[in-house]
Amino acid sequence: MWRVGTVVALHDETATARTITLSLPDWQGHVAGQHVDVRLTAPDGYSAVRSYSIASAANSEKQIEITVERLPNGEVSPYLTQELAVGDQVELRGPIGRWFVWRTDQREPIQLIAGGSGIVPLMAMIRSRVATRSTPAFRLLYSVRAPEAIFYRDDLQTLASEDSSVVVNYAYTRTVPKDWPRLPGRIDKDLILSATWPPSVSATFYICGPTGFVESVADLLNTGGNRRENIRTERFGPTGERK
Amino acid sequence: MTLQTYSYLDGNAAAGELSRIFAMDITAAKGQCANCGAKRHFAEAHLYMQCPGLVARCVVCDHVLLRVVDAGQRMVLDMRGMRYLAVEMSQSQESSVAV
Repeated sequence: MWRVGTVVALHDETATARTITLSLPDWQGHVAGQHVDVRLTAPDGYSAVRSYSIASAANSEKQIEITVERLPNGEVSPYLTQELAVGDQVELRGPIGRWFVWRTDQREPIQLIAGGSGIVPLMAMIRSRVATRSTPAFRLLYSVRAPEAIFYRDDLQTLASEDSSVVVNYAYTRTVPKDWPRLPGRIDKDLILSATWPPSVSATFYICGPTGFVESVADLLNTGGNRRENIRTERFGPTGERK
Repeated sequence: MTLQTYSYLDGNAAAGELSRIFAMDITAAKGQCANCGAKRHFAEAHLYMQCPGLVARCVVCDHVLLRVVDAGQRMVLDMRGMRYLAVEMSQSQESSVAV
C-alpha cells in the first residue's frame, strides 16, 4: 500500500510553503481534489503520517505535486519544507478521497472557495479543467492573509488573463495591496454576494481551509439560500497537519 | 466575526487509515446515523484525531458513527453508530482517472 516517490523538483510558493514534485513510476493517475498520505520514519522506527492534497492535474509523466505549509511546531512539515532535497525518497499512500473531487465530466458551474493553504486541492481542479479543456465556468474566491501569502500566483494570473471563464477574486484578511478597494477582513455576506455564483445557477461549491473558515463560509452560503447538497467541504487543521 | 477554535476535521482525513481495512475508499459512501437517522456521505462526518485512534461523529447530532484504533498488530473497528453504509459499486471500478 505504501509506495516510494522520488523528489524531482522543489519550488517555494511563499516564505513558508513549498511545492514538492514527486516521481511515482507506478502511479495510475488521480482525480482533482484527492490527497495523499505521506509517511516519514525515523531511524529508531518512529513514524508519522500526514495528509497533503495533490496540487497538480493528472498527467502522463507519472508525477504529482504537493504543496506543504510549514507549521511552527509541526512534526513533519518542517522536514518537508526545509530539509527534503531533490533525489530524496518519501513513502506515500494514495490517491485518497472520492467525495471532495471535481471530475472533468461535471458540467455545472463551479465555485471554489479557499482559505490559506486550502487553495491546494482547488488548484488541482483548476489545472484539470485547463488540461482537459473542460468548459464549465469556474470562479475562485481565495482568502489569504496578505498578497505575499498567495500560492501559485503566476499560474493564477496567467489563467485568469487567458481564460475568461476562470474568474479569480482575492479576499485579504490582514494586509491588502496598494489601492485595494476593500479593507482587510474575512469573507462576509457582501463578498459572497459579489464574488460567488448566486443560488439560481445551482453551482457546486468546493470549500477548503481551516475548520473555522470552512464552517463560517458554509454557514454564509446556507444562509444565502444555497442547497446543502451543492456544498462540498474539506477541513484541515494542526491535528492532521493537512496541506 | 471571530473564528472559534475547532478540534475536528472531516471524514476525508480518515480515508487513508481506513484503506487499510476496506477494499475501497468509503468517503463517497452514504451512511445513516444510528442515533438521529441523518444520511450523509462519510466524508461529511466530523473527525477527531487527537485520541488514541480516529473517531467520526455525525455532522447533525454529534453521535459517534465510527471508531478505529490501530493496536499494532491489529486494527479495531467499531461501527455501531452507523445503521448502514451504502457504497456505490460503479465507483469501485474507477480507481483513478489518468489523462
